[in-house]
Amino acid sequence: MNDTKVIRPLHWFAVLTACATFFLLGMGGLVTSHGAGMSVPDWPTSFGYNMFFLPIKFWRGGVFYEHTHRLMASVVGCLTIILSVWIWIQDSRRWMKWLGTSAVLLIVAQGVVGGLRVLLSEDQLGIVHGVLAQLFFILICALALFTGRFWQRISNAGKISVPGSLRALVLTTTVLIFVQLVLGATMRHQHAGLSINTFPSAYGKLWPDTSPQAIQYYNEHRLEIMNVNPITAFQVILQMVHRIVALVILVFVSLCAWQTRRQLGAKDALAKFAAFWLALVVVQIFLGAATIWTNKAADVATAHVLVGALLLVTGALWCMIASARSAPLRAAEHEGFGALGTFVPNK
Amino acid sequence: MKVFSFAFVVGVLAATSLTHAADIIGTITLTGTPPAAIPITPLMNDPICGPLHKETPTTHFYVVGKNGEFADVVVSLKDAGGNEITGKSTGASAAPAVLDQKGCLYAPQILAIQTGQKLIVRNSDPCVHNVHTTSNAGNTEHNDVQMPNGPDLNYAFDKPEMFMKFQCDIHPWMFAWVSIFDNPYYAISGTDGKFVIKDVPPGKYTVVADHRKLGEKTQAVEVGDKDVTVNFTFEVK
Ligand SMILES: [Cu+2]
Repeated sequence: MNDTKVIRPLHWFAVLTACATFFLLGMGGLVTSHGAGMSVPDWPTSFGYNMFFLPIKFWRGGVFYEHTHRLMASVVGCLTIILSVWIWIQDSRRWMKWLGTSAVLLIVAQGVVGGLRVLLSEDQLGIVHGVLAQLFFILICALALFTGRFWQRISNAGKISVPGSLRALVLTTTVLIFVQLVLGATMRHQHAGLSINTFPSAYGKLWPDTSPQAIQYYNEHRLEIMNVNPITAFQVILQMVHRIVALVILVFVSLCAWQTRRQLGAKDALAKFAAFWLALVVVQIFLGAATIWTNKAADVATAHVLVGALLLVTGALWCMIASARSAPLRAAEHEGFGALGTFVPNK
Repeated sequence: MKVFSFAFVVGVLAATSLTHAADIIGTITLTGTPPAAIPITPLMNDPICGPLHKETPTTHFYVVGKNGEFADVVVSLKDAGGNEITGKSTGASAAPAVLDQKGCLYAPQILAIQTGQKLIVRNSDPCVHNVHTTSNAGNTEHNDVQMPNGPDLNYAFDKPEMFMKFQCDIHPWMFAWVSIFDNPYYAISGTDGKFVIKDVPPGKYTVVADHRKLGEKTQAVEVGDKDVTVNFTFEVK
């Protein structure tokens, strides 16, 4: 097998699957933003019909978001299966075959969790469903990266190896973003509207009053059309933590962008990648604020979810690329095989 | 014969008035200014639900009259020690309660029933609704589809619960809150702020007034053979 050959159609198919997954992520976000997660009470059937033959008269209100989400999920499921089979047939890297297979397992698990969330009417499963979606997106993006020419060039060209300290910094930041994402998913699946409806202040203070009297006061004065569950002190604190972690992430990503540029040079792909990361964080913080200013408008909240996914995947891919450019790996290339199975350089 | 039946009726009436258990009556008042109701604009944007209304309906969290008459307050009884009165349900033989879905809204939005009482959920709309209940007290949860002109859904719940949530996820602004009691001693204040809890046996009780936003207020009361008045005042700060 010739490892240096990139199968371009396979790569583009992986990219297509990643784009479809991103789209699906947005549709899933809309389901929760519109409070439509339970609008189709059965699964895998829809109103007793085979979901592919659900009459159009049902596609109304919340059902539209939930049903199109289920249809798109089937599409992504099929794309993932095709992608994984294709990798088994054409990609000679053993670990790639298993990575493709794990993507199939993950999307099946994700579908089942989504179904159980409906059948058991369990909000906690909604959180799991949201977080698994993000992990699946990373996996598909990684498959797209590993099948591409860019991945091949990483080890071919005489790039500067990425210092371990820098890699640790970016990895820490990425983990922080993941934690932030879990916090966000938890907030979204409380179905309780905004626990703090002002920004940048929190009910006019730096740290809001969370006494039972204060919580009672907030609830008496907030009227919601959709998310009618009363808010709790836990939810107020959760949002405060989410705000603080956002600030910490801003500092960390700035640090990553600055250090990458300093250590690898402004022209390095990883430096550009880190700069893009920083721009995303700024956009994301604005979208977070806008979510509050618009009283959780569905499209703004969904955009916040999507940019969050991009932030996580940017950090994860940065780490993967940096791993392939770490010093021990470059030594291993002379053996003809990198620890991560990077392409063997032409001699 | 006629004289006899007349005497019989008089006798029965007299007997009834003698054993007549007293009513607890009262008025609920709201002081202060509650936040203004919000127009439910997504309803008007819905191609089927919108045309069912001439004016944009609003949220109904605070239903208040000109002089503070406060509606939709659930008034119920607990024993003198503040414990739930259980095992007194007459729900099985009571007339069914009805929860209608009309104009893509629940009517009424605040309802109270007894354990074991039949609750009929009706769809008077030209569109599909899903009837989705969430319990915090271990009542069976439902999520059932109801087609336009579809048959009524019949439910009964066996555990007491305050403000059990009914919602439609197809129209995410549709909510109703059904309170369930294990006794027949409860009432909901009307738009005049008044309520009547009928036929309360003599004894000492705690009267409990519950509003979904403003929480709970209680008063001790002793019921003899005459009607008792218990008024409540809620306040929005
Ligand atoms: Cu509905």
